[in-house]
Amino acid sequence: MTATEQKTREEILKMLENDETIFIVGCGDCATICQTGGEVEVAEMKQFLEESGKKVSGTLIPESACQVLDVARLLRQQKEEVAAADSILVLSCGAGVQSVVENLKDKPVHPGCNSLFIANTKRLGQLHEWCSTCGECVIDEYGGVCPITRCPKGQVNGPCGGTDQGKCEVDPEQDCVWTLIYQRLEHVPGKEKVETTLYGAKNFDAGRHPRKRVFEPRRGG
Amino acid sequence: MGLREAIDSGQFLITGEVAPPKGCHFEHMVEEAEHYRGRVHGVNVTDIQSAVMRASSLVGCIKLKEAGLPPVLQMVCRDRNRLSLQSELLSAAAMGINEVLCLTGDYTTLGDHPQAKPVFDLDSVQLLKAAKRLMEGRDMAYYPSRKDPTQMVDGEPLEGDPPVFTLGCVVNPGAEPLEPQIMKLRKKIDAGADFCQTQAVYDAGVFERFMEKLGDCPIPILAGVVVLKNPMMGRYMNANVAGVTVPEWMIEALADKETRVEKSIEIHGKLVAELKPLCQGIHMMPLGWDKYVPRILDLAGIGPVA
Repeated sequence: MTATEQKTREEILKMLENDETIFIVGCGDCATICQTGGEVEVAEMKQFLEESGKKVSGTLIPESACQVLDVARLLRQQKEEVAAADSILVLSCGAGVQSVVENLKDKPVHPGCNSLFIANTKRLGQLHEWCSTCGECVIDEYGGVCPITRCPKGQVNGPCGGTDQGKCEVDPEQDCVWTLIYQRLEHVPGKEKVETTLYGAKNFDAGRHPRKRVFEPRRGG
Repeated sequence: MGLREAIDSGQFLITGEVAPPKGCHFEHMVEEAEHYRGRVHGVNVTDIQSAVMRASSLVGCIKLKEAGLPPVLQMVCRDRNRLSLQSELLSAAAMGINEVLCLTGDYTTLGDHPQAKPVFDLDSVQLLKAAKRLMEGRDMAYYPSRKDPTQMVDGEPLEGDPPVFTLGCVVNPGAEPLEPQIMKLRKKIDAGADFCQTQAVYDAGVFERFMEKLGDCPIPILAGVVVLKNPMMGRYMNANVAGVTVPEWMIEALADKETRVEKSIEIHGKLVAELKPLCQGIHMMPLGWDKYVPRILDLAGIGPVA
């Protein structure tokens, strides 16, 4: 899922300073799990905006805000509330915000959250970045642990000199991914290969923005 | 005698280090490097050390060369992609700067521009390989051939004679766990490193353990000595520099301001003397105390270089 955090209330009010009536869109998927754009947070935002002197013409929480056509359909269902608003505040990742932008040609749309990363969840409220969608997965070489994402420098040939006691110099709270890789390779094959292979320069073109993938969906069933 | 000749003739290697200015006047840096004249085989010029913005290593090297001192160009992977790194290597060779130390580089957030975009397009192993490839007369180019797009062009040829480099690398002998550090050093050697300078060592015992774990090594290891100037610096390093431990007795020995300089010279002279039999060279990092390096080396029984 995509990890998000809400922008500060001050930032949100600054974005909305010229708008009197707001329509709020949340997201029933990632932003609900992140507690940034679920039912509770959308209700809280509505109350906050009203207490700040705004009007809220309506709210909408699509199943997934990144589903462009589904968002289009739901926005049509609340056509009047949307039309009454000076702008839309979207509490989701940037993909969700742009689903709304794509569907409302002449209405300002504001992002209420910062999109952070593709998240693994260990327990509720603890999100970790283990994959950064580089476009060319290499983790088979590293016991399934990603050095590109889990090392700030993306070191694929071994740790830098800034690691100590198994921790990372950049953020001593974080484990050095190379300590994790070595621990993992105590239990699964691959240690000799990782120790003796000089991995070449990464193909960053595989991650060139903006990416798209078009495929023929399976039919039937 | 330069670093290349000294390595080839198996001499005990001595290198020093200076940093370019945060400004456009190199006079002070060159003055500091003057203290190394006749005492070292090379003087490293740091590359935006600790991610604190400064003038470039390459220009620093050119300034040293003009002064008749032997520069070692430090190159980190933090600020430039493979296009720029290769370009800089060629430019260095064009200026007769052939000794290059390849490092990953401290992360951007450790310095004074923490919002800067960290590059790390290559790592230190890949940078060494790129330099080696330039020495073979081709670059890292890799793209579909225009004549036959099913074929990849693997390296474009360089015009004229290829550059010649003596390539250095680094290792942190105090980092735990040590095994991955040694693994990476082995890769650097495979990639073409000719010598290795280490992170600061304050305990000959720790360094000896590292050298034992490393075992047979085909390239010279130069033990790194960062000159401790005062107790505050020792405490700072213990708290902030990964894998570096300044012993408490050393910090206490420098408590008295009056005797500090003499004590420091004595302590580091003794440290260098202890490290000397364990390795093939010493890399001095005096952080501005360059003028005391000759006395430290004298105390350790290391005379002028040939």
